[in-house]
Amino acid sequence: MSDVPRFWRESNHRYRLVGTKCNNCGSIFFPPRDVCPKCRRESIGKMQELELSGYGEVYSYTIVHDGLEPFKFQVPYIMAMIKTDEGPLITGQIVDADPSEVKIGSRVRVTLRRIREEGKTGIIQYGYKFVLEK
Amino acid sequence: MRDVYIVGVGTTKFGELWDKSLRDLATEAGLKAITDAGIYSEDVNALYGANTSAGQFIDQEHIASLIADAAGLSELGIPSIRIEAGSASGGAALHEAYLAVASGKYDTVVVGGVEKMTDVPPEEANKIIGGSLDAEWETFFGVTEASLAAMIAKRLEYEGKIRREDYASIPVVSHRHGSMNETSHFRNAIKLEDVLKASYVAQPLTVFDSAPLSDGASAVVISANRTLINASENPVKILSSEISTDYLSLHDRSSIHSINAFKRSSKKALESAKITKEKVDILELHDSYSIVGLLQLMELYGEKEALDLVRNEELYWNKSRPTNTSGGLKAHGNPLGAVGIYQVVEAALQLRGKAGQRQVKGARYALLHNMGGIGATSVTTVLGVE
Repeated sequence: MSDVPRFWRESNHRYRLVGTKCNNCGSIFFPPRDVCPKCRRESIGKMQELELSGYGEVYSYTIVHDGLEPFKFQVPYIMAMIKTDEGPLITGQIVDADPSEVKIGSRVRVTLRRIREEGKTGIIQYGYKFVLEK
Repeated sequence: MRDVYIVGVGTTKFGELWDKSLRDLATEAGLKAITDAGIYSEDVNALYGANTSAGQFIDQEHIASLIADAAGLSELGIPSIRIEAGSASGGAALHEAYLAVASGKYDTVVVGGVEKMTDVPPEEANKIIGGSLDAEWETFFGVTEASLAAMIAKRLEYEGKIRREDYASIPVVSHRHGSMNETSHFRNAIKLEDVLKASYVAQPLTVFDSAPLSDGASAVVISANRTLINASENPVKILSSEISTDYLSLHDRSSIHSINAFKRSSKKALESAKITKEKVDILELHDSYSIVGLLQLMELYGEKEALDLVRNEELYWNKSRPTNTSGGLKAHGNPLGAVGIYQVVEAALQLRGKAGQRQVKGARYALLHNMGGIGATSVTTVLGVE
């Protein structure tokens, strides 16, 4: 069981795909970073929030049969790495699709979904998943 | 920096050891190592213990003190320190212990690694193993370590760089070697079809592409004490120990199939040891998944040569590039905190000429790679005998 702040402090990033841009070198990061790993100290005070469009394509994917405890009732599920149109790779599930429909290179867009819940009375945690663009 | 030698080694059997606790395992390995070194507890200046996740597996932190206590060292009150670096904890502990002895602070130190993984159900164990990944941006969304390895394999096959059989053959080699090692978790040889036809963990990876959940402990005694080194039949010298790190999340790396941290740690370790990779007789890789074993070969030898070695079956103990002669993580077992130390035990046995059936003839140099997660930490150790 986790306390609530652990989840609400990430809500902007997990609900709206808010990443960061380094205004020193122009690199875009998702998840957000406090320091640019290319510019390091030079990036202090130059990291700015940036919302991604939520569109991208499948860079790689797998069908998970042996899942983690919170996801054990979802197996088999599709896990993917999405190459966003802005550049960063994001790891998330692809939903509302049959595994046979998913291909490397398939266009996807982001959607807000329930990720997991902590028992019947615990916190319900939301975040991004991806659906195929048809 | 002083010269540091491995003067004693010890290990438990690896496997599902229902009747043994973490403290039983750690004590057994440690006592075997000091007996092998011909020393007594009073000769040990400090303990360095590697453990990845006892807090989650058995609700026990403060492992350093626990192990010193269990090993009967409380009356002596010697320093004992736990090192955690995910599944690279063993290599990292050896690194710290090596620096402490090389610097002159301590003369003789025991470095051990232990993990007790089978006291929780497998789904729970998978979650704990996932602790080496990024909890906020990978595992939160349902990623397992196996699923990351699977996505690497899928992408590389898509790019036409590798074939399924190339990485499926890595566990076949490990099981062949594991069958000749009495401390292995699995002692059965397997065929390529067994790997391909087994049930999926994360497509295309099957259970035979994945290292098991194991209990086990290993320990080594390292020393700069001349009397002890001279008394040792075949002292094995630590030629170098180098650590490198990379982005924690796979999706943040410049390429998902480059193990940059291994590229860096192995290059530095070979330079510090003043040998070339062609000199390496014994290679132990962190084959937590078949595909990551292949990636490490590709980092070390280059893509083409690595694939040639695999396709020409050159990785066996009696061929040109003996790799994972212990049985690797796949067959010898994968008790997280212990594997980096077991690699040292295997290399010491090989370099002393005491590896029995799987002995590599005339082995002089060993390169060991212990990895945290899928390469966010990489520890390369080079050992040698005169």
